[in-house]
Amino acid sequence: MKALFTDIRAAVVATLVFAVVLCGLYPVAVWGVSQIAFKRKADGSLIVDKDGTVRGSSLLGQVFAGEKYFHSRPSAAGAFGYDGASSGGSNLGPTSQKLNDAIKDRIAAYRTTEGLAATAAVPADAVTASGSGLDPHISVKNAELQAARVAKARSLSVEKVKELIAASTTKPDLGILGDAGVNVLELNLALDAAK
Amino acid sequence: MHSTDWLQFALFIGLLALITKPLGIYLTQVLDANGKTWLDPVIRPLERLTYSLMGLDRNKEQGWKQYTLAMLLFSLVGVLFTYLILRFQHLLPLNPQHLPGLSDHLAFNTAVSFTTNTNWQSYGGESTMSYFSQMVALTIHNFTSAAVGISIAAALVRGIARASATTLGNFWVDLVRTTYYLLLPFCFVFALFLVSQGIVQNFKSYDTAKLVEPQAVQVAKMDASNQPVVDAAGKPVMEDKTLTEQAIVQGPMASQVAIKMLGTNGGGYVNANAAHPFENPTPLSNFVQMLSIFAIGSALTYYLGRMVKNQAHGWAVWAAMMLLFVGGVLVCAHFEAAGNPIHQALGVAAADGNMEGKEVRFGIFNSSLFATITTAASCGAVNSMHDSFTAIGGLVPLFMIELGEVVIGGVGAGLYGMLVFVVLAVFIAGLMVGRTPEYLGKKIQAYDVKMAMLSLLVLCMSILGFTAWACVSDWGLAGLNNAGPHGFSEMLYAYSSATGNNGSAFAGLTANPANGDPHYNVTLGIAMLIGRFLMIVPIMALAGSLVQKKVSPPSAGTFPVSGATFTILLIGTVVLIGALNFLPALALGPIVEHFLTAGGKLF
Repeated sequence: MKALFTDIRAAVVATLVFAVVLCGLYPVAVWGVSQIAFKRKADGSLIVDKDGTVRGSSLLGQVFAGEKYFHSRPSAAGAFGYDGASSGGSNLGPTSQKLNDAIKDRIAAYRTTEGLAATAAVPADAVTASGSGLDPHISVKNAELQAARVAKARSLSVEKVKELIAASTTKPDLGILGDAGVNVLELNLALDAAK
Repeated sequence: MHSTDWLQFALFIGLLALITKPLGIYLTQVLDANGKTWLDPVIRPLERLTYSLMGLDRNKEQGWKQYTLAMLLFSLVGVLFTYLILRFQHLLPLNPQHLPGLSDHLAFNTAVSFTTNTNWQSYGGESTMSYFSQMVALTIHNFTSAAVGISIAAALVRGIARASATTLGNFWVDLVRTTYYLLLPFCFVFALFLVSQGIVQNFKSYDTAKLVEPQAVQVAKMDASNQPVVDAAGKPVMEDKTLTEQAIVQGPMASQVAIKMLGTNGGGYVNANAAHPFENPTPLSNFVQMLSIFAIGSALTYYLGRMVKNQAHGWAVWAAMMLLFVGGVLVCAHFEAAGNPIHQALGVAAADGNMEGKEVRFGIFNSSLFATITTAASCGAVNSMHDSFTAIGGLVPLFMIELGEVVIGGVGAGLYGMLVFVVLAVFIAGLMVGRTPEYLGKKIQAYDVKMAMLSLLVLCMSILGFTAWACVSDWGLAGLNNAGPHGFSEMLYAYSSATGNNGSAFAGLTANPANGDPHYNVTLGIAMLIGRFLMIVPIMALAGSLVQKKVSPPSAGTFPVSGATFTILLIGTVVLIGALNFLPALALGPIVEHFLTAGGKLF
């Protein structure tokens, strides 16, 4: 019985001590160092315009629908996509009728918007929802297919738009890790700044 | 697979092999009650203070029953602690979003989930948990459940290494030392690296961004009492609205993500887990996260070899794990890269593979690799949505869990799970040659094999039993997001994940429905308890039996537990038992779905 009491005391005390060290000191220490060393990143990599308004985070995608903008991937986050408080994917499986119909509609819309042939293959990322619903990137191929439409809508040369695409492209880390992607929010902001 | 995919894969396995030995040696120092480490000057005072507050004599060792009882009591206190915080989070500090307390069954499910190192999440983090709940109620278990797993593994290894003894170490000492010397310092450095990649770490309330391009949308019109307005035909009336804002999640994320990976917990800060750009911003953060999931589990095989004074045995176990792992990755990546023929017939570029539920920055290969790692280990963090994988691509993570998560496995849990298979492999080898089976000089007898089998059968019973119940019940079918065989896979995956203490999901499944039906939350909670504790108790009994045995010197007829023969036998045992138990169920889910996909059948 005494041994049991000793163990109960140890269990309760350990939980409380750990709560202080692991849940108090540890995150606060990480916070303290990162606020000094990586302030912008620790605060969400926010993009702030001249008058101090937050326009987004360079890590998070936003919805774009107008012809003057590059379009992000479809998104299943929230009712209208890219809901920052409701991240997630569609979770629809390979034999889902709903997913099949959605992809069919998106392919037709993409071909119309970008002026592609009725049989042209469409980049997979342009017609599928990402895992987070906040994917900031599109594939380079997807961006290049949208370049002509954006250039026309903005009366810019396609070369100029392609330059901006290249400037907003994230290369694989260390040259080999991960895939290249074009940051849509940064690219669209660069376009707005270029006009 | 592209050439860069092979390079990344080789880099991953190479780096893992490189850190296994130094980290394994460090583990021998941490898991020795009087061991010396280079962190002693900083941490020793904290360790001493903790012991004195706990009223602990750190040189007093425990037998298997005392050790197990201490572990169970600690876990019980942990469940209650978290349950109470979650129920009353609206009364507690650090809740800038004013989130309400959780329902009783969701709080039960979550408390059990984090205590058992599962981190199944029936909720979306950003819309449910206050900063206090994330930081205290959940993060504490990310550390302690990992430390408990490592402690149990250490006790079992001592049971194998010691001869004619009675004690297996002291649970409290193992728990405290693992937490302070291993998890805490590594996480601190890791968390800072993650912030440098872009993971947030602050205590601000959520930011609001003004959208670059406001969006015109249609929403259901609400009346004064917040009910949808319907027209004469009963259809909801829609009205135009302009979306101008995006919420940006904030909070102490990096500190939690570091331990969620290193401790193979896997519980995300936000709903999308490691797919969310804040939890996993770059391919580099992704790579290091993957490495950290495997780091400790891999090093524990070195610890095993060191402790039983047979390093070749440790490496043979590691090799068996790695071969199973490589096989899983290659199958998963192959089918994800091949993509979905149904969607390709619609016009999706075939070369792009299956991108539904995947992030552009990770692409096909890093998503497949992550999925296999997170399920081979009992981590459960996801950087892509397994529910949207192709049929066979999704079978791989499911099968990895059902093998018992012994391919590196959860921290500690992977090693003690694999050692059960080692005992069985030795037993089978003994039967084949007609000798009394021996493991490292100790006779494996009826009691040992019974305990080993018990720990495996319990898992099988929980996974298949609960899945069978769910798929003939209204509450089970109501939670599905997909119809046809994929719906069955969602249920099978849920109970495999809960029982295996993994925590990943075919996340379309709604376990916490809006109508408040508690069945999923409660049954999944019970499955997690079974998978954790009904596995640990027989394993500790096995350790208690092994530690008492005498060691007989090796003879010409001794079956060596190192080398290629042993590795192949061990792989065979793992696969055979996994396959025999679960192939019929898998045939009804992903396997039939694979053939239906090829035939273009939709549900």
